[in-house]
Amino acid sequence: MSIQEEAARWYNQVYRKSVEKFPERKPRFSTSFGEEIAPLYYPQTESEEASRLYMEKLGFPGEYPYTRGVQPTMYRSRLWTMRQYAGFGTAAEANRRFKYLLEQGQTGLSIAFDLPTQIGYDSDHPMSDGEVGRVGVAIDTLRDMECLFEGIPLDKVSTSMTINTTASILLAMVIAVAEKQGVSPAALEGTIQNDILKEYIARGTYRFPPKPSMRLITDILAYCSKEVPKWNSISISGYHIREAGSNAVQEVAFTLADGLAYVEAAIKAGLAVDSFAPRLSFFFAAHNNLLEEVAKFRAARRLWAKIMKDRFNAGSKSQVMRFHTQTAGSTLTAQQPDNNIVRVAIQTLAAVLGGTQSLHTNSRDEALSLPAEDSVRIALRTQQIVAYESGVADTVDPLAGSYAVEHLTDLIEEKAAAYIDQIDELGGMVEAIESGYVQREIQKSSYQVQKAIESGEMVVVGLNKFQMEEEPPENIMRLDPAIQEAQIASIRIVKAERDEREVKRTLAAVRAAAASTENLMPPILAAVKAYATLGEIVDEMKAVFGEHKETIIL
Amino acid sequence: MEEKIRVLIAKPGLDGHDRGAKFIAQALRDAGMEVIYTGLRQTPASIVATAIQEDVDAIGLSILSGAHNTLLPRVAQLLKEKGAEDILLFGGGVIPAEDIPYLKEHGIKEVFTPGASSSEIIEFIRTHVRR
Repeated sequence: MSIQEEAARWYNQVYRKSVEKFPERKPRFSTSFGEEIAPLYYPQTESEEASRLYMEKLGFPGEYPYTRGVQPTMYRSRLWTMRQYAGFGTAAEANRRFKYLLEQGQTGLSIAFDLPTQIGYDSDHPMSDGEVGRVGVAIDTLRDMECLFEGIPLDKVSTSMTINTTASILLAMVIAVAEKQGVSPAALEGTIQNDILKEYIARGTYRFPPKPSMRLITDILAYCSKEVPKWNSISISGYHIREAGSNAVQEVAFTLADGLAYVEAAIKAGLAVDSFAPRLSFFFAAHNNLLEEVAKFRAARRLWAKIMKDRFNAGSKSQVMRFHTQTAGSTLTAQQPDNNIVRVAIQTLAAVLGGTQSLHTNSRDEALSLPAEDSVRIALRTQQIVAYESGVADTVDPLAGSYAVEHLTDLIEEKAAAYIDQIDELGGMVEAIESGYVQREIQKSSYQVQKAIESGEMVVVGLNKFQMEEEPPENIMRLDPAIQEAQIASIRIVKAERDEREVKRTLAAVRAAAASTENLMPPILAAVKAYATLGEIVDEMKAVFGEHKETIIL
Repeated sequence: MEEKIRVLIAKPGLDGHDRGAKFIAQALRDAGMEVIYTGLRQTPASIVATAIQEDVDAIGLSILSGAHNTLLPRVAQLLKEKGAEDILLFGGGVIPAEDIPYLKEHGIKEVFTPGASSSEIIEFIRTHVRR
């Protein structure tokens, strides 16, 4: 078939059906001079060879290999979800910020937890001292979660939670709160990050060793596919791999290699690939190099589709790479922080032109502290300006066919595939991480970049060029130091009110499940409902699993 | 020949942002110093114990979790208790300017914030290490 014939087929069958289900935002998209903008532009050629190449490399949006996007109409029907990552202090304060963001037109929640919650320490644990409520909200028991979602209907607002080691417990808490709101687990929409492998490489909130952690993940995948079918049970994250200093190719390669490891583990645990793979989602960073970043997103989508099809013989829904994007925190400067607004705007364009499903835009002051409310508002407005004023959302994959972008897309895919082959040779991602291979590769890139910045070879405006004298910034966000005491006091109250026998019984069941091959989710849910603390549940698992010890790679 | 300066680069607190710590560790090593890196999630007590055991001249504390006001002075306090306050103590990370005077009053000799270069830090260590 020629491209023209393929296009006619796509318009008549795929596009039309999609528009019926998801109507476009406007009856007609048009230029400033009144001409209609088509949903899609594609090569105007009769050549069979050009047609074959086009179908092989790009295809049509919503179709294999998904280079041009995961839905047929993309943003013409529905804009990406604007999802600002937020949360700090106590559950009550975080609840107030969430409501503010929803009032400002944000369309989904993205919850940051403090480090003790992420690692599995209660707020009254000595390791938690000074950390409670700092980088996210502190959650010790179901009581905190009830407070966090007070007045936020869980069947209407989708929630994304950056949680890995303790993902099972936090997910159980959401399920329990939803039940109290009268929302069934089947209606819940949201995401848990649940991507432990990148914690060992880049992010550092691991607690258990890799193997039992992988088991916990397959338990969650199995449980969600049955009980919480609309939930994204894992968000395979390249963001932190990039933030740790890797380049765009490494970001794609190591993220997809992590994804492969999860798919293999789940299949090994007896799950059918198409029962869980459609719920896998991804998470990438958006950097300043606009064309390279757009190519990166397109290459990642194509490579994942190929891997799922060729290696696992997976169906079309499993081939689709849906992803969240966050603008890259590491590109922000503490110097002349208002310049960061411009960086974030470019990165927003990169994410949108790359076809992201949701986006967090960083605030200008994040190299200094937690973002202030007005900075968060500007970051959200940046997305809204790109969405409603720039016009880039009006036609699908507008940069396709650009010689530069297509070349870069091919190049990034090719180089990432070579890395994945290398990791296969090492025995897979778990082995490649345990041997330190991945960490060393990232570190090499990170060191080179930092050296290039210090030598001035790589220009960072305001940092190593165009500097100026500045006053220290004012109005930076401060946290109330009393949060820790408040949190500790509330644990004490919950412990005094709960049924201790029920707590003991459910915790013993968690330990028994950890020691067997039984799925851990049901006993964790029971323990959460009995108001066992996060730390108590983690301790039961730790007793069986042990703790991870970092291999120092320098 | 003069003995090499020995530096401990440590990550107190729970955050996993080790890009800066690892960069500085490597840059100090390239500058001819002997560097020990602790890895993540070190308590003040374990940092001080390692520093004394390894007989270091300086300790660099990297922290991005916001817990600096709690944890950094505690390291200084413990060094003092162990009679090791001659070890040069400096810090780095996302630390607001208004917290720096407090940290300096509590035994942290210098605080390097985002944008500081490795040459500044190397220069600082060479100038201040007591040999």
